Amino acid sequence: MAKTKIIKNRAVEKKLVGLADMVIASAQREKDPTMEIPLRALSNVTFNPRKGLLEMGGKKQARSFFNVGMAKKFMQTMLVADALSELQRAELTTSLREIYYRTKHTIQDSHENTFDTQDESDPIIEDLEVSLVALREELHVRAENGGSVVGPLVLGDDGDRVDCAKLGKGGYSVPSIVEPEYVEIRRCTADFVLLVEKGTQWNRLSEDKFWRRYNCVLLTGNGQPPRGVRRLARRLHEEYKLPVYVLVDNDPWGYYIYSVVKQGSINLAFESQRMAIPKAKFIGLSSADPERYELPRNVGIKLNEKDIARAKELLNYQWFQKPAWQVEIKRMLASGLKYELDALANKDFQYLTKKYLPRKLKEKDWLD
Amino acid sequence: MATHKSTASAPKSVSPPKASPQAGTSKKSDSRAGSPVTAVEMGARQREISVSEFFTKNRHLLGFDNPRKALLTCVKEAVDNALDACEEAGILPEVTVQLEVVAIGSAAKPSASQATRFRVTVMDNGPGIVRQQIPKIFAKLLYGSKFHRLRMSRGQQGIGISAAGMYGQLTTGKPVKIISRIGPKASAHYFEVQIDTKKNEPLVHENKQIEWDQPRGTQVVIEVEGRYQKGRASVDEYLEQTSIANAHVRLIYRSPDGETKEYPRAYHELPPSPKEIKPHPYGIEFGMFLKMLHEAKSQTLSGFLASDFCRVTLPLADEMCKTAKVSPSAKPRDIRGATAETLYRTIQATKIMAPPTNCLSPIGEKAILSGLYKQIKGEFYTAVSRPPSVYRGNPFIIEAGLAFGKAPDSETKPEKPTMPLAEGEQEEGDSELARVIRYANRVPLLYQQSACAIFKAVLATTWRNYGISQSRGALPAGPMAIFVHIASVWVPFTSESKEAIAEYDEIHKDITLALRECGRRLGLFLRRRERAASEFRRRNIFELYIEEVAEACNRLKGGKLPVEKLKAQLQKIASSRTGGMKTDETLGKTGAGPEGLPHSIIVTAEGIEGESSLAAPVSDDMAIEEQPAVPQSERRQKVKTGSDKRSSGKATAVPSVPKKGSSSQHREGPGGTGRKTHRTEKRK
Repeated sequence: MAKTKIIKNRAVEKKLVGLADMVIASAQREKDPTMEIPLRALSNVTFNPRKGLLEMGGKKQARSFFNVGMAKKFMQTMLVADALSELQRAELTTSLREIYYRTKHTIQDSHENTFDTQDESDPIIEDLEVSLVALREELHVRAENGGSVVGPLVLGDDGDRVDCAKLGKGGYSVPSIVEPEYVEIRRCTADFVLLVEKGTQWNRLSEDKFWRRYNCVLLTGNGQPPRGVRRLARRLHEEYKLPVYVLVDNDPWGYYIYSVVKQGSINLAFESQRMAIPKAKFIGLSSADPERYELPRNVGIKLNEKDIARAKELLNYQWFQKPAWQVEIKRMLASGLKYELDALANKDFQYLTKKYLPRKLKEKDWLD
Repeated sequence: MATHKSTASAPKSVSPPKASPQAGTSKKSDSRAGSPVTAVEMGARQREISVSEFFTKNRHLLGFDNPRKALLTCVKEAVDNALDACEEAGILPEVTVQLEVVAIGSAAKPSASQATRFRVTVMDNGPGIVRQQIPKIFAKLLYGSKFHRLRMSRGQQGIGISAAGMYGQLTTGKPVKIISRIGPKASAHYFEVQIDTKKNEPLVHENKQIEWDQPRGTQVVIEVEGRYQKGRASVDEYLEQTSIANAHVRLIYRSPDGETKEYPRAYHELPPSPKEIKPHPYGIEFGMFLKMLHEAKSQTLSGFLASDFCRVTLPLADEMCKTAKVSPSAKPRDIRGATAETLYRTIQATKIMAPPTNCLSPIGEKAILSGLYKQIKGEFYTAVSRPPSVYRGNPFIIEAGLAFGKAPDSETKPEKPTMPLAEGEQEEGDSELARVIRYANRVPLLYQQSACAIFKAVLATTWRNYGISQSRGALPAGPMAIFVHIASVWVPFTSESKEAIAEYDEIHKDITLALRECGRRLGLFLRRRERAASEFRRRNIFELYIEEVAEACNRLKGGKLPVEKLKAQLQKIASSRTGGMKTDETLGKTGAGPEGLPHSIIVTAEGIEGESSLAAPVSDDMAIEEQPAVPQSERRQKVKTGSDKRSSGKATAVPSVPKKGSSSQHREGPGGTGRKTHRTEKRK
């Protein structure tokens, strides 16, 4: 395993050094150094209905040094590439924020900083991921941990045996890199995976030992699930053939989280191959649930302008064209309300564990 | 109109119709306190009040509310009189103002800021005053030459200087001392006068012929109680602003601190002498109209209308009489009561041509520019004179000017080394607000800014359209002075103290239009400068980033790269690219330079563009430092094009770059410190 890792590293490092070679070669031929970066936008993303995945198109964007609008970004890209290759050589992993700090300095003889905020360096790392066709893990950059898992699952992490059934209600914190070289799935006896948007509701389910009763793996990503969580769900789905159910708030952002789990995100469409779970199901909260589960209207929240605009965007996405989804989203818009998972507590503190999910699973009431 | 308003504000005699508060001073009424007073007793107490007495009690009406303002008012009245006199006599004014601290009793002389008593001396080179008139002019309220005429002048009512004298007399007991000489052949006269406040008549204390070193002119000395404080609404500010709006005046100021400041003459022409006009029918009120009817010299009504008003012709007068059903040949004196009122209404309803505007003497764009340029250090100046307009039958002209920016000189101050900025930190911006300087008939208005139509118009202008930031309901922000002048035969002040201009729609509209024009030009200048700066930045960017990129490449290559070679190669590409861009810009630079910016001056490190006539007086008093080394600007020359002959590397090439006609060079080299004046002809 260690061997493959080193080979990979060399490939990535070579790609990084390639950028420097490009600059040197252009300089010699008195050409404007230019790199090509695949476009990370909706316009360059296509939905492959056969695979059920988002795929990145071939559109690229040139980033030249001697262009006033791009000069700074070009310079920043070179700095980040330098920092990344430093990581490769030192065989260290780091966080996005550390990269930001590592590359930040004041340019000589000026009051200008190379980076002013992390918002400037993060997209550059993503640019490099796509243009070098290297995964973030391969670049040795960790995403945030930010996810938890409990359930009948035994993992091997750095040689330690982690039994996710014996970790109390806190569970195991999912690392950002869960590739087989780093995290090994030793045993899994669950029947399905439940991916919960909100940490609070995951806590509810974990405290109530829902997973024990229904024999499932409980995952949460605290909002938009980070790569580690998505990748773990995908591995469980792929390697153990477990169905994956997604439980999110009933609002446009919840729908989008589901779609990201299912077919990948627009921003990182190139990673869908590895992350997306085209067979994932949307278990709730559906816009039909308030009526079906008799949630009072007063626990809803009025959709604001942003919500409405976002919902209308979703209606146009190719991967939301299934009639059931069009109905689902339009129903939310028609009601003018959104509901949080937490709103279920209005009926009973354990309503989610004891009534809502059992009934959903029994009735197979989910959307594809 | 003028007379009417004045009589209202300065009544010659006020007879209190009811028992005055003085009732309590009578012993008799004390003993019978509470019992009613008979009409006879009341009648015994009713007596005439002289104007002087009235103003002694109400001195705030004339601007003597507090010691600080009183000192300013004294200076102001004396200077206004001096300037009016000089201009009317066609003499380029030269005025000396001196403030001295006066010790009280045997105490030592206090410092200027502590002193409470001052001697104000104002001397001019004007026509002088004939001997017989001196006492009346300086010691009789409502006596003067300007009151009975509709003519644009600083003073209007003939109260000012005598009121100042009266204030001095009231607070220090000292008489006003005057020296005046009407020409080199005449002898100088010295007077000491006081005012008899009961009778409003001068009391002459001293009257003699003396030797005087001035060939002609007048000097007045008043001792007053006052306070001297610099800053807003101070004597210093008043003189500075006077000098801005009156660039043809040479002002010498000796402050109580013992400093002497000279405001040189920046404009060598006298403003054209304003003509006197007859009142326009629209500007007359009914009571005034009755009075004019009564005093008419003409035998016939139509003759009276045609001769005593402007823009009324005989046929028009006949027509108006017919409409009002009055005989045009009636005696004006016989028109009374209802008939007079019908006639008055008819006149107001008739369409009459606007009054002539040659009675106004605007400062003029050139003179405003000279004034602003002389007094305010900046980078951009512009001035706008509006065509004349009319409010309520009174013609007026609005002029606006603008000085923007910091003097290039101040940029050369050694910049303190800045700390690297942390996240969330920003470089400190300037949040200073613009300064509004207001004038009415060339006199600075220093008080009641927020009540003034000018100030309101500045607030109401959307400066953001012109690239200036402005918070809601606030003055625009930035290093900027906004100059607005209203010239009129009758300036509508909101009160007798002449501090703020009333907000007539017509006036507001014209001020706004003038400000907008100034704003447009400023916006143009700012955009142009921004363009120049961004071009500079573009070159800079590459230079800065090449360093970073080359070093990053070197590290990526494991430190084995010939970095300097890479840098040189990249730099070569950069300079060829920016040079190309720059040439494009220089060639296609339409509308740059002072084109499209009439009546404006642009000051850059490289020189001055704009009104050529200004350059001459300016270069005299401007110390010209040679550019020490040749920073930035030369480097730029080299960058430009190798084939260009002018870029032979000499610093002196810089000012000669804009050869053809209007200069188009106004970029900023941060290093260029020398302030050179190079003139460009710009004729419209």
